[in-house]
Amino acid sequence: MSATMTIDVSEDKWGLTEEQRMIRQMVRDFAVSVVEPKAAHIDKTQEFPVETFKEMAELGLLGIPIPEQYGGAGLDYICYAITVEEIARVCASTALSLAAHTSLVCLPLSNFGNEAQKQKYLTQVASGKVLGAYGLTEPNAGSDAGGTETRAEKKGDKWILNGSKIFITNANYAQIYVATAKTSKEMGTKGISAFIFERNTPGFSLGPKDEKLGMRGSDWGTLIFEDAEIPEENLLGELGQGFKYFMKTLDSGRISIGALGVGIAQGCLDKALQYAKERKQFGRAISEFQAIQFMLADMAVEIEAARHLVYNAARLRDAGMPYGKEASMAKLFASEVASRAANKAVQIHGGYGYTKDFPVERYLRDAKLCEIGEGTSEIQRMVIARHLLQQ
Amino acid sequence: MNIVVCVKQVPDTAHLRFDSNDQLAQESLENVMNPFCEYAVETAVRLKEAHEGSKLTAITMGPPQAKEVLKRAIAMGADEAFLLSDEAFTGSDAWSTAFILSEAIKKNLPSTDLILLGQFATDGMSGVTGPALAEFLGFPSMTFCKKAELKSDTILEAHRETERGLEIYEITLPGVICIMKCDYEPRIPSIKGVMKANRTEIPVWDAASLGLSADKVGLKGSPTMVAKTWRKPKKEGGIKVDGSDPQAAVSQLIDFLRQQKVM
Repeated sequence: MSATMTIDVSEDKWGLTEEQRMIRQMVRDFAVSVVEPKAAHIDKTQEFPVETFKEMAELGLLGIPIPEQYGGAGLDYICYAITVEEIARVCASTALSLAAHTSLVCLPLSNFGNEAQKQKYLTQVASGKVLGAYGLTEPNAGSDAGGTETRAEKKGDKWILNGSKIFITNANYAQIYVATAKTSKEMGTKGISAFIFERNTPGFSLGPKDEKLGMRGSDWGTLIFEDAEIPEENLLGELGQGFKYFMKTLDSGRISIGALGVGIAQGCLDKALQYAKERKQFGRAISEFQAIQFMLADMAVEIEAARHLVYNAARLRDAGMPYGKEASMAKLFASEVASRAANKAVQIHGGYGYTKDFPVERYLRDAKLCEIGEGTSEIQRMVIARHLLQQ
Repeated sequence: MNIVVCVKQVPDTAHLRFDSNDQLAQESLENVMNPFCEYAVETAVRLKEAHEGSKLTAITMGPPQAKEVLKRAIAMGADEAFLLSDEAFTGSDAWSTAFILSEAIKKNLPSTDLILLGQFATDGMSGVTGPALAEFLGFPSMTFCKKAELKSDTILEAHRETERGLEIYEITLPGVICIMKCDYEPRIPSIKGVMKANRTEIPVWDAASLGLSADKVGLKGSPTMVAKTWRKPKKEGGIKVDGSDPQAAVSQLIDFLRQQKVM
């Protein structure tokens, strides 16, 4: 397809089904022809790729693991991971917004919503008619999500929310939101509930946009609640279960961030290989020097290992087996692989890699997000250790 | 309206490499749908969408792995697909291929109104399979088309691009049109399209089921044969004339052209 696709992710060795391989090819075609040409522009301008998301909706990419009856594609989690990976390979920003929409909005609605909520909201987000955003992080509740300060009080047939959520992916372009708030001061994390609300909710507004280091084409923003009125039927699932729901949601989300990391790392290897073969120094291509070869080899080994971890976690999820530890392992390792691969790709590009004329500096800035979003690397290590110590 | 699109699987020229002995590196061989066939499928799907109740059938002749291109055609919008595959078909030239396609259409798709093909295949580049197919079927044909529109159930307007410019013709159906690069791009299949393609069974038609005898098809049925293939020699580097002194540059150029016996 493209000159930049210098290596192929050999399909059979991953044990993928024919359908999964076909989905990969289809997403790759889309990524190379539609997403990649816009990647540098949206990074430079922080412009959200609205048209790309419209096209993704038409192709059915915005609700891959959601049942067809609710507007999704009804495909497995491997297909979803492959989709995020292939898009991240050319533009991590677009992949991040897709992942946040799917993992953090479609999935909790699908897993914890009642039939009426699914019909009203899930069908809209899973079909891609509207974009979704998910609010958990607050100024004083980041890694400590249990420290949520946004309050929800029941008044008549409404929940009244006050507080704010920060660093919310898709905040300014979403129409449907899911967010957590404290419904009880005394009950700790069991006093946190989850709510669904719409853009035009009275008392709800959006704060200013921050400048980001990377993932600049992926929108993020602040959700502000000032006596925001949410209908009582928009409580997601049961009262006091919001924290538990979102911990489960993050388990799934971590697989997609792992896939995002694999995609970024693979994109770095694609670019580094191409450059190393073309760039000549001391009368020969720099790919002939062992120092470069060792970097390429290390990148390839780590990417392969990360991809195995991601697919393994996805397969466990698809099989209905516990996958929380494996999802954290995949997210932790793939995120750090992405950063290391991006660093090496910049190093292989030398001075050119430090300029905006080549995409590898963008990959380096984008990769860092994977080590922070949906649970920092440190939180992943805590989660993994907790699983180990419980065994 | 019953539309048939004939597609071909070809090696992906973007990835082809040759080894040091000028032989094709086997590991570089990846198969894709011939790019002109992708335009033919896209045009066929557009015609189907514009003409309610139409049915689009994709067919290809090739080895079992050629099913891949039929799946792509289904993912893009074809309703069904059939693979023409038999050991006896191996080595068919454009004539023999057109003959086999025509027999398959006569026998199994007799109510076909319109057949679309890519103008060329990037491997053989003969460009004659389409017109030959039309001859075998007794249909009119139009080559080098870049747009097609149905005017009625029996009239198709085809836009041809030739060295003389754009020509617009009406063709009476049933007929055959050969498609080249269009002003629109082949669509990327949707997830639903891919899922449909994966779940649609693709029947195989062999020589026996088409009632074709072995001496009419494949190498035996091919009036042309490939005598020799070779790789085009690499161009030698030219000479660069320093233009800082125009007079000296012109003299150098004239000397060079004289040496080459051009002047």
